[in-house]
Amino acid sequence: MQTHHFKPDLPPPRQSIGPAAWLRANLFSSWFNGLLTVVALYLIWLIVPPLVQWAFLDADWLGETRADCTSDGACWVFIKQRFGQFMYGFYPTELRWRVDLTVVLAILGAAPLFISAMPRKALYGIVFLLVYPLVAYWLLHGGMGLEVVRTSQWGGLMLTLVIAAVGIAGALPLGIALALGRRSDMPAIRVICVTFIEFWRGVPLITVLFMSSVMLPLFLPEGMSFDKLIRALIGVILFQSAYIAEVVRGGLQAIPKGQYEAAEAMGLGYWRVMGLVILPQALKMVIPGIVNTFISLFKDTSLVIIIGLFDLLNSIKQATTDPAWLGMATEGYVFAALVFWIFCFGMSRYSMHLERKLDTSHKH
Amino acid sequence: MSEAKVESVIADRMIEMVDVNKWYGNFHVLKDINLNVRQGERIVICGPSGSGKSTTIRCINRLEEHQQGRILVDGTELTQDLKHIEAVRREVGMVFQHFNLFPHLTVLQNCTLSPMWVRRMPKRKAHELAMHYLERVKIPEQAHKFPGQLSGGQQQRVAIARALCMQPKIMLFDEPTSSLDPEMVKEVLDTMIGLAEDGMTMLCVTHEMGFARTVADRVIFMDRGEIVEEAEPNTFFTNPVNERTKLFLSQILH
Repeated sequence: MQTHHFKPDLPPPRQSIGPAAWLRANLFSSWFNGLLTVVALYLIWLIVPPLVQWAFLDADWLGETRADCTSDGACWVFIKQRFGQFMYGFYPTELRWRVDLTVVLAILGAAPLFISAMPRKALYGIVFLLVYPLVAYWLLHGGMGLEVVRTSQWGGLMLTLVIAAVGIAGALPLGIALALGRRSDMPAIRVICVTFIEFWRGVPLITVLFMSSVMLPLFLPEGMSFDKLIRALIGVILFQSAYIAEVVRGGLQAIPKGQYEAAEAMGLGYWRVMGLVILPQALKMVIPGIVNTFISLFKDTSLVIIIGLFDLLNSIKQATTDPAWLGMATEGYVFAALVFWIFCFGMSRYSMHLERKLDTSHKH
Repeated sequence: MSEAKVESVIADRMIEMVDVNKWYGNFHVLKDINLNVRQGERIVICGPSGSGKSTTIRCINRLEEHQQGRILVDGTELTQDLKHIEAVRREVGMVFQHFNLFPHLTVLQNCTLSPMWVRRMPKRKAHELAMHYLERVKIPEQAHKFPGQLSGGQQQRVAIARALCMQPKIMLFDEPTSSLDPEMVKEVLDTMIGLAEDGMTMLCVTHEMGFARTVADRVIFMDRGEIVEEAEPNTFFTNPVNERTKLFLSQILH
């Protein structure tokens, strides 16, 4: 009998590794790619050095008034002087510790959820989600022993975060419920969900905010009114939930029928089939879409200017019209862009991390 | 329902299908199916594709709904009543052609899901039960892996263990080896043979005629939604009565 002798594994040929090979393969693989590389380098040279010059080398960092900005570069003194307003809006200075405490509590409270060895994590998460909003509302708004700060005084980054956080926390569960409803076997529920989703997707957010602020009070009985911010929050939640619902529906549709059948064949009822088997997979699949919606929600918060609320962007815009700081628009908007970018990039990185963590090497 | 219960206990019948008819739209997929399965009986159903054999066993745990006739499983009649359906599903384990393991759960979590959520078993007991059955299908060492990290044969054995964790009275197999690489068919069949030897009531849709010969008490041949021939394996393979059965056997036995 003959025995087959298998050949040993060999290392790859030399010319396919090393920096020179990398350059050749990635930047100069053909004359056209070489040309693109040269053009790109030229553009970088055109843009980056002046930017660095303006933002760092020529910039003014120290001082208190506009007169301290003497060089040609950016005047970061403006940002420094108005920083409090950008962060807290018109929230009373002596009470700003309450906002800081709310943020610290959020970080401390959520931290255990990111520790993988944490026991009873689900229970803790539910308790946290129920208790924290009440505490945060109490701290931010006041009452019960704390001085009341009306929502009209809220502003800046704090208001942006409040709208984004409440919007996300409200739109996700509502969106999931709508997605399930849209795929329900019961025609009445399906029709209600489809109508709801299509209505909210069909109108621009700015209209929703405008309606909630201007039109709604006209329909309410005389003397009855509720907080402008709450109206805006409800508008944002309803609007974004329609988008989340469609994203989640995409995930639900991608789950093979066999998964439903296997779960049903075990004797699991509808809610357990969905909660234990279908939704964990569907939501994992649509993490990029959900985070995409959250990022756009975060940026859309600046539309609340239409109803006279001053979020981060609008606080900055308002500050640039201050006669004492005329001509600071560029610095203001660059700063706004930077803050927005940090939050959005953070969300995007976290979603990538989540996708990797939840990967179970399964390909449908 | 209680009347039906008494009736079938006397007859020692686990499954009773009486004049079952089913349509997909206008397509008449099952025609007057009559099938009785006693406790501990092993039945193999074969037939060409589209003959209704999968649909037949999927009616037994109501993955498909029949429109006429009666189906009783361990004395419980399958009707629109969700309580009855869930009661039947608790007693019937199913193994699918494409395994249908839950990819987001580990092998162990796949196995403990129904004991914990359907049978309300405490977590530790469910773990012990799952490990017991994983040992039985000879893959306890894979318990903490995800299904996507296992071979097809291993996945199907996990699927069998998962179904056994419900401690069912009946096991349904819907072409359990059809999507496996040839090298892996044997390990799954061996597991099924072991199960049959332990006296499990089994209904198996398969083209593995060797398996049918070894373990089946009865072989059923279906074509165009009807039961064409029904016999114990020896007679079925050596001396089929029906013309259509002979043709089918000559095609698959070469």
